[in-house]
Amino acid sequence: MKGSIDSIESLGLVDGPGIRTVVFMNGCKLRCQYCHNPEMWKMREANYTPQELYQKIKRFQPYFGKNGGVTFSGGEPLLQGEFLIEVGKLLKQDHIHIALDTAGVGNGNYEEILKYVDLVIFDIKHLSEDGYLKLTGQKINESLKFLNIVQKMNKPLWIRQVIVPGIHDNLEYIADLKKFIKTLKNVQKVEFLPYHKLGQEKYETLHIPYPLSNVPAMDEKKTRELYDYFAQIDK
Amino acid sequence: MKEAWKKFKEGKWNKGIDVEDFIQQNYKGYEGDESFLESISDKTERVWSRCEELLKEELKKGVLDIDVDHVSGINSYDAGYIDRDNEVIVGLQTDAPLKRIVNPFGGIRMVYNSLAAYHYTLNKDIDHYFNLYRKTHNQGVFDAYTKEMRLARKVGLLTGLPDAYGRGRIIGDYRRIALYGIDYLQEEKQKDLDQIQGVMLDETIRLREEVTEQIRALDEMKEMALKYGFDISRPATNAKEAIQWTYFGYLASVKENNGAAMSLGRVDAFFDIYIERDLQEGILTEKEVQELLDQFIIKLRIVRHLRTPEYDELFSGDPTWVTASIGGVGEDDRPMVTKTSYRILHSLTNLNPAPEPNMTVLWSEKLPENFKRYCAKMSIKTDSIQYENDDIMRPLYGDDYAIACCVSAMKVGKQMQFFGARCNLAKALLYSINGGVDEVKNLKVVENIPKMEDEILNYDKVLAAYHNMLSKVAELYVNTMNIIHYMHDKYAYERGQMALHDTKVERLMAFGVAGLSVVADSLSAIKYAKVKPIRNEEGITIDFEIEGDFPKYGNDDDRVDNIAKEVLEYFYQELKKYPVYRDAKHTLSVLTITSNVVYGEKTGATPDGRKAGIPFAPGANPMHGRDNTGAIASLNSVAKLDYAGCCRDGISNTFTIVPQALGKTLEERVDNLVTILDGYFSQGAHHLNVNVLMRETLVDAMEHPEKYPLLTIRVSGYAVHFNRLTRKQQEEVIARTFHTK
Repeated sequence: MKGSIDSIESLGLVDGPGIRTVVFMNGCKLRCQYCHNPEMWKMREANYTPQELYQKIKRFQPYFGKNGGVTFSGGEPLLQGEFLIEVGKLLKQDHIHIALDTAGVGNGNYEEILKYVDLVIFDIKHLSEDGYLKLTGQKINESLKFLNIVQKMNKPLWIRQVIVPGIHDNLEYIADLKKFIKTLKNVQKVEFLPYHKLGQEKYETLHIPYPLSNVPAMDEKKTRELYDYFAQIDK
Repeated sequence: MKEAWKKFKEGKWNKGIDVEDFIQQNYKGYEGDESFLESISDKTERVWSRCEELLKEELKKGVLDIDVDHVSGINSYDAGYIDRDNEVIVGLQTDAPLKRIVNPFGGIRMVYNSLAAYHYTLNKDIDHYFNLYRKTHNQGVFDAYTKEMRLARKVGLLTGLPDAYGRGRIIGDYRRIALYGIDYLQEEKQKDLDQIQGVMLDETIRLREEVTEQIRALDEMKEMALKYGFDISRPATNAKEAIQWTYFGYLASVKENNGAAMSLGRVDAFFDIYIERDLQEGILTEKEVQELLDQFIIKLRIVRHLRTPEYDELFSGDPTWVTASIGGVGEDDRPMVTKTSYRILHSLTNLNPAPEPNMTVLWSEKLPENFKRYCAKMSIKTDSIQYENDDIMRPLYGDDYAIACCVSAMKVGKQMQFFGARCNLAKALLYSINGGVDEVKNLKVVENIPKMEDEILNYDKVLAAYHNMLSKVAELYVNTMNIIHYMHDKYAYERGQMALHDTKVERLMAFGVAGLSVVADSLSAIKYAKVKPIRNEEGITIDFEIEGDFPKYGNDDDRVDNIAKEVLEYFYQELKKYPVYRDAKHTLSVLTITSNVVYGEKTGATPDGRKAGIPFAPGANPMHGRDNTGAIASLNSVAKLDYAGCCRDGISNTFTIVPQALGKTLEERVDNLVTILDGYFSQGAHHLNVNVLMRETLVDAMEHPEKYPLLTIRVSGYAVHFNRLTRKQQEEVIARTFHTK
């Protein structure tokens, strides 16, 4: 069995706690309008056996310190569930911390995958069914199904919300978001990521029309203000 | 002596010269944090602000002043001061701050060229004397050089050779003056001299002459200190004297010599013992302690040597490599971090960041967590610290070694180094393809090498030819070094520094290489892609066409990293086949300092796709932008190069990361930097320069230098004010990989 991996970043400091190896995996069912890794939408030729990937990650273990580890990102890592399980087994022999950076839209088998996962970094695209469909091209159900299993299994959770101008940058949405997150347990952290346009160039190279070409990058200060608002609700 | 040593725990050190034992018996480790540190004192502020004015003026003029009426020597100059009333540590190289010394012993031509560059003329008598009656090191070397050596030097196969100025890289054990006083040191030297007996042939005669010169130099040190009103014939009796006496020893060395690197050694635990005693007795306050150390540091910051513009192009920014080794761990596993380790680094806060002294933290897993975090914090704040792996050096050099220059370890007072500059490995690779003909100057440099005429380069064939070439280069290189150091001993012997060494000193001959990553990637391209040489009419390869991709050094990929490793090991084994002057031990470094720019300029296009004239990566760094799988993969590649078995003179790596990539808050950045350093060194890596800065800052500083008067960055093995780099070097630094993810 082999997995399809776009690239590996050996010094990841923003996708999970501590110093992390970030494995970018190919394939995704969603077509998020703001996606900055469109080159990973398609599943490509499989290029790593679990053992090969494990050996590679093992080389970076001296840098994990007390709380670092591996983050599987992408693309959507859940689409390569069997591969994840096999790599997870190997990594767990060495007690390496595993985070999953996901939108929750895979092909099932989530319980088995999550057995090896220590932290789920869950990306909320949009709270409403319509908003979700419009932004990602897919229905919201699958992601909620996944989240439900994460909750049942009591997995620690980080919530991520990309803030796109005109879509998420209003107080109503933020208040709804707070309401939603309050229904979840084990939430250790909520991150707002201001929408940026760094991915746009990739679309041009790939000859894919860029859906948000008329939307400006999200102001970082405004994002902080929204976060402050979010933090103080119901305090 | 009894009075000077009161309250010190006795040991071997009070029965013979043994500073290491004194330190181990008496130092008190410190595990706390930096909260005890004091700010700058009024006196220091006055002295430093005067220096800052002078430094500004110097930067404008190139040099502030030159003393053309004296010749370098321990006691050649009158006492000089910056601001006499406020100086608590005294002593300058000449009679005024930043006034440079004329040192013709290394080479008179270098003196003429430097003086001409700044519109000075040498005193007529001195000029006359040196031309008519006094032969210099440089003249001696050129009398003995063979045709091949001159040629190898001219084309830049061997470069940066110390054949026209002082060789440097020798660290006198300046602390011995403080602990024992000059008189005792002289008595011991006299005893040594009396024992040098037997058949009088070269080595014995030379040694007798040298030790006699050493005794004379010690006299001169005493006289020099007396000009400042201090009697250093006796040991220091308190912390202030200990620092002052040690400084006089160092000062003597930079009055007498003008080596590229004139390093300080390791003083933190040593000073701390005296400081602790004075603090306990209530003789000193913390504020006064910091004042002494800050003023000591000021003195180290204003050491200068007279250089030619060509020299400055090679080693930019007027560096002197007053390398100060800090921290480390004892052989009994006790960390040697003291409060004084903090105080020395704290000068970067009190006096603002500056390139000198070259702050070198001897890193170990076992260093106290608080100290690790403080170092990381200071790195993030100042970009002025380099780190070297104590855990791999201690087994080889014990717990009283220090770093000379950038990465060269040696036991203080027990080992010295013959500095060997470096050999251009990338050029040697081109010679093996071009039949020994230089690709830029079109001169035959190495004889009996067949020209390669293949359409597509064949890896096995190229590797065999390269090995053959490296064997020939090794022989040439060793022989060239032997001549240089024979003549240096003869015409420019470091009598003062050697007086502060054991008479039976161990010698290391430090060879070096440049262009390692270019060679590794080139061989990888030949092995894994298709490389087609483009030849000119004379059949010399002037460019290469590459078809397909290939593994690049800097991505933790064994396929290419092992090539780099093997090239080094092969070359080192070849060097060891040739005997070395005075039974020195062969050592090897991977270090370029800023000369990677000039070496690149002198080297044609290489099979890795690097175009002619493009700078090499510095030291052991991967080529710019080719380490694209993240910083840790890049560090891992460098960590594979073997220190203990091959490159005992050091493996330099410079690491630049943007602050945002290191973490969101300062706290996170500190944590992450500590973890990265621990991870890198736990794999046996040797050295890391750390810069935490934005590329945009450097671009802006290049265009608007006035906005960044203090911007200091680590280049390869030393720190430099960014504004003092040449434009080309600035561009090269900006082109380096900044880890941004």
